[in-house]
Amino acid sequence: MNGFLELFAEYDIIGAFWMNIRLTILAAIGSFALGTVLAVFRISPVGSLRAIGTSYVNVVRNTPLTIIMVLGVLAVWGQLKITFSSDFELNFFVYAVIALSIYHAAFVCEAIRSGVNTVPQGQAEAARAIGLSFLPAARVVVLPQALRGAITPLGNTLIALTKNTTVAAAASVAEASGLMKTMIEFNPNLMVSIFLTIAIGFCIIVIPMGLLTTWLSDKLAVAR
Amino acid sequence: MTQTTPPPADPPAADSTGTRILVELENVNKHFGSFQALTDINLTIPERQVAIVLGPSGSGKSTLCRTINRLETIDPGGTIRIDGKPLPDEGKALARLRADVGMVFQSFNLFAHKSILENVTLGPIKVKGVKKAQAEKDAMGLLERVGVAQQARKMPAQLSGGQQQRVAIARALAMKPKVLLFDEPTSALDPEMVQEVLDVMVQLAREGMTMVVVTHEMGFARKAGDRVLFMDEGKVLEDTDPESFFTRPQHPRAKDFLGKILTH
Repeated sequence: MNGFLELFAEYDIIGAFWMNIRLTILAAIGSFALGTVLAVFRISPVGSLRAIGTSYVNVVRNTPLTIIMVLGVLAVWGQLKITFSSDFELNFFVYAVIALSIYHAAFVCEAIRSGVNTVPQGQAEAARAIGLSFLPAARVVVLPQALRGAITPLGNTLIALTKNTTVAAAASVAEASGLMKTMIEFNPNLMVSIFLTIAIGFCIIVIPMGLLTTWLSDKLAVAR
Repeated sequence: MTQTTPPPADPPAADSTGTRILVELENVNKHFGSFQALTDINLTIPERQVAIVLGPSGSGKSTLCRTINRLETIDPGGTIRIDGKPLPDEGKALARLRADVGMVFQSFNLFAHKSILENVTLGPIKVKGVKKAQAEKDAMGLLERVGVAQQARKMPAQLSGGQQQRVAIARALAMKPKVLLFDEPTSALDPEMVQEVLDVMVQLAREGMTMVVVTHEMGFARKAGDRVLFMDEGKVLEDTDPESFFTRPQHPRAKDFLGKILTH
């Protein structure tokens, strides 16, 4: 353990994890919003909207996240020179959040759609029968029940998102896995300890998410 | 002060005796793929009539009921009019017209995540823009009328089937519909709960509600029905009053059907 404790003084490990947490929170909000819109597209009675939703999911779900991240940094920033902030770090942070949101929206969409499948057809029919058109019926009757049925797959997506924030290192964001690489580079003798420290850090963030998901899906289940 | 009556913008349809026609089906056909579920249905239902739709399973009676508020589309060439207005294809106009046609389902279909009271107030608040307090007051009156006012704060799953179906009737009534459609409203109920639902329906019929009722309850058909439509293989084979239908059925299939259900 020689020099291990000094690592915490030398490197901002907590700060790096805080970056992963911020990426997770913002990308979760972004992907949830976009994913919900896509899910509504995919269940809508309008064929062209359904086609947009289906294409998006199939293209994005099958593209590696690293490629989306690198494409953002090299093509959109590098070639097209689109900048979100003059602050170098903040700019790449925004890129990372957008890439993570775009990628996980496809999974959020599918999770919500699986939730929609748990809602009996009769619920939508009853909503239509009292005179609600598609969007109000989706918003007031179908989606609230679908989300409760989708908590477990949404939780899985959130956990995957949390771990995928490490890919933001590809967009030069100073987060935990990038820090791990640096620490190992300069302290190869402590490699195993450093690796375990980062791994345990992720466990501390992710395990409560799983527990919360299970608890919520029981608590919010729709009784039929 | 001179009083002038403005001419009605959209004069309601009426038959030769001057009775207002609320539901009108003209050349209605419906295919599910190559299977023809409805064949050349022509039908008018005047105000205050209680039309009972009978027939063996698969005869198209539920499909007929569901086409009237366009939960099922019909084949091109046919027309359905509600109070003289043709059913629009989609969108807001359809939603508005649907609000005039209440529907009670076999499986109740109460909104599972909403309380009983919210189930009844949802339509008036979201579709008609009624203020919440007023909608709740009206809803309590309706729940009182169908006998489930004490359950107003509960969730649907906490109620018996019979109670849920009575709430579903109250939910449909809350929209003040011109016509109420019942698609086998008692078929999913335990036998001891059938009567409480039928009682509510008989009461509605007495109050003059225009109703189309798909049912297997022959007692109800005789007691509350003004007219019986007997269907088989997607066609209306008999169209008569209940007494004639039950005592002197004309069509061989109707005789066969009655023979099977009345002798057990």
